Amino acid sequence: MEVQIEDSQLVSHYIQGDERAMSVLINRHNSRLTGFIYSKVGDRELTEDIFQDTFMKVIRTLKRGAYNEEGKFLPWVMRIAHNLIIDHFRKNNRMPMFNATDSYNIFALMGDEDLNAEKQLIKDQIDSDLLKMIKELPEDQQEVLEMRLYKDMSFKEISNNTGVSINTALGRMRYALINLRKLVDANNIVLTN
Amino acid sequence: MEKIYTKKKNNRELIAAKPETVDFLLAYSKSLKITKAKGITFESNLN
Repeated sequence: MEVQIEDSQLVSHYIQGDERAMSVLINRHNSRLTGFIYSKVGDRELTEDIFQDTFMKVIRTLKRGAYNEEGKFLPWVMRIAHNLIIDHFRKNNRMPMFNATDSYNIFALMGDEDLNAEKQLIKDQIDSDLLKMIKELPEDQQEVLEMRLYKDMSFKEISNNTGVSINTALGRMRYALINLRKLVDANNIVLTN
Repeated sequence: MEKIYTKKKNNRELIAAKPETVDFLLAYSKSLKITKAKGITFESNLN
């Protein structure tokens, strides 16, 4: 069985000079933090920037020896990210006001969110291809993937529902995605709209 | 039977920061040196 080193231990290793510990910490929390930031800002590039700034701050704080929340690494990192998100919105004043004039009307630039007929067809095709490929996956991987993506359940809930550990659920999800990518490659399927 | 699939199935993406961003952070971490002298903290990047 794989033994996972606690965040607090990795933090102390890193403070003592073990750079690999930071790599583990970043990779361990990458998805969660990225998802958190993306859920607030809704923009991939901006998410990437805030993720980077967050960990630069983490690195500086740890190297300065100013970190004092041992055992609560992730909430601390999330708090830094949260503050950076707030800073971003403050700096950009979030919603500039536009007044419509004869020569410029904001509503003329706003698109219709509904897909046109062609895009809808492509989307339906992608959905149907994806469903077929999901059916090819082993049952345990299918189950986790459906719960996570279609039922929007957290890994903790998946773990409770399926009776396996969170790590096992995560592993199944990972393999499901790896296998899906293999199926996409093997069948030369394009999954973009 | 419970309805598994919803119409919003494409709205959720699995996202993570790019490997380039992670590599940058690790390089930044390796290059960052913090020195304290007489109560003042100095930061330097040794590339």
